[in-house]
Amino acid sequence: MIGLAHYLAVAAILFTLGVFGIFVNRKNVIIILMSIELILLSVNINFVAFSAYLNDVQGQIMAMFVLTVAAAEAAVGLAILVTFFRNRGDIAVDDASVMKG
Amino acid sequence: MTVSEVPFSIDLSQALPLAASEITLAVGALVLLVVGAFWGEKSAGPLSWIGALLLVVAAGVAGTAPLGVAFNGAFVADPLAVYAKVAIYLFAALAVVLGAGWTRRQGIAKFEYPILIILASVGMAMMVSAGDLISLYVGVELQSLALYVLAAYHRDDAKASEAGLKYFVLGALSSGLLLYGASLVYGFTGSMRFEDIAVVASGDAGAGLIFGLVFLMCGLAFKVSAAPFHMWTPDVYEGAPTPVVALFATAPKMAAMVLFARTLSEGFGGALGDWSQILVIISVISFAVGAFGGLAQRDVQRLLAYSSIANIGYALLGIAAGTAEGLQAMLMFMTFYMIDTIGLFACLLALSRGGRPIRRIEDFAGLKQDRPVTAIAITILALSVLGMPPFAGFWGKYFVFGAAIDAGLWGVAAIGLVASVVAAFYYLRIIKLMWFDAPPEGVVATDRAPKEAQWTAWAAAAFSFPLVIIGLTWLEPLTRIAASGFGAG
Repeated sequence: MIGLAHYLAVAAILFTLGVFGIFVNRKNVIIILMSIELILLSVNINFVAFSAYLNDVQGQIMAMFVLTVAAAEAAVGLAILVTFFRNRGDIAVDDASVMKG
Repeated sequence: MTVSEVPFSIDLSQALPLAASEITLAVGALVLLVVGAFWGEKSAGPLSWIGALLLVVAAGVAGTAPLGVAFNGAFVADPLAVYAKVAIYLFAALAVVLGAGWTRRQGIAKFEYPILIILASVGMAMMVSAGDLISLYVGVELQSLALYVLAAYHRDDAKASEAGLKYFVLGALSSGLLLYGASLVYGFTGSMRFEDIAVVASGDAGAGLIFGLVFLMCGLAFKVSAAPFHMWTPDVYEGAPTPVVALFATAPKMAAMVLFARTLSEGFGGALGDWSQILVIISVISFAVGAFGGLAQRDVQRLLAYSSIANIGYALLGIAAGTAEGLQAMLMFMTFYMIDTIGLFACLLALSRGGRPIRRIEDFAGLKQDRPVTAIAITILALSVLGMPPFAGFWGKYFVFGAAIDAGLWGVAAIGLVASVVAAFYYLRIIKLMWFDAPPEGVVATDRAPKEAQWTAWAAAAFSFPLVIIGLTWLEPLTRIAASGFGAG
């Protein structure tokens, strides 16, 4: 029987993968965008699992909002990435270091 | 606090007036967007002025709108929200005005600039009115998405696009942390509403709820750029356009601080002991990082980033006190800090040599010779930020430390005093450079200052010293009303 704990475990693993994807990844920014998406979707699993468990609809409403915001966030992120690429000709993470201090 | 609950039902006629200022701004922003799309780039100038006017009107609407709770508890219009909203709208309007002149001089004037600021203001207003986790998240994101774009507004500038990218990545990560925390809080309390969460939290808060609370606080600490979640701040402040940074350092900070205070004291009032110690640690690290990190900086905007980290530490101390006096102290501190900061950025906007802005600290050398009045303004504002009596910043710190000591946080207040002495070094260095050092050989004279920046700088400086004495007499009762009814325990 798959219960609440299983869903929470999957969500926690995905969330951790997403966070590590942002910090460990040294290659390119697209992977960071994918990691952000992973974080948001893992949270959605949490919300929906809790919503089903509590028999309460608010969690699913929140999941809808998160999906919408994730789409907007991806659009804004890609737009910023395009301006970054235009200025640099590259999207490697290590290059994002003109400013240091 | 007595707030009449408006039932959700079909009766929007009671609920909508509470959110009148947000609706004004949201509709106004869409209208301006259509106008801008039809007229093209030449509409940038007029739209900026209309946008600034719209924000001032919204401040008036927010100040006169009825109080209450609406939309099934998701939207709270109480004195705290009203106070924060009026401040946020007015500072956003200033950022629009400062930015309109700056973008024109840089040749990058676009009509999107005021519209993005208005949309961010709607988000900030939702943040300060958030009554449950859904409106908290939507408000934060509405604000953040507009601010990411503003950071990268100067899109042909390598530094600005890098700043935008860094802000976006770390901002999205912080939203993720916040959201994960929200999901745990929801799961372990069974409700999104702060009221219901408070009932569960005041009992025996289990490990899951505390875990969620910690994640939620990490996400919020990112948004107010408190250390150790401050790593984006110096880069964004250095890279983003100056008027945009002037906005970043003021209105969003106020919104996030109020949201922080409301979430903790309304949602987790019963768990004061748990979050108060986390906040104390965050504020100690913040003023240590802000004070010591700023010492080595040569870029003025980067320096102001460290200054803002330190000051956020002091403001958080007010919330950590967990009392109504602490919240009142935080509001007064933030108000004074916003005025000083916008004044300092206006000074930066007013200064340029041969068309190039003054960015390095060395560039301030000998400023008294060609710009004595601006030098006086910078001196007053710097003394105020470092907390020298009788300037405005001193009163802010006075109230915050007073509230912290009343709540028994003696040690932290002492560390805060030491940190502000350390931080005094970098403000005093600028003052010394301006008044006692000779300008370097062969330096170009400063350009004529743009009117709007100069007047903003002078007005902020005038407030920081003589006017603050009068300002205190009406700010004190206003913030007391705003903070009344809060205070956990």
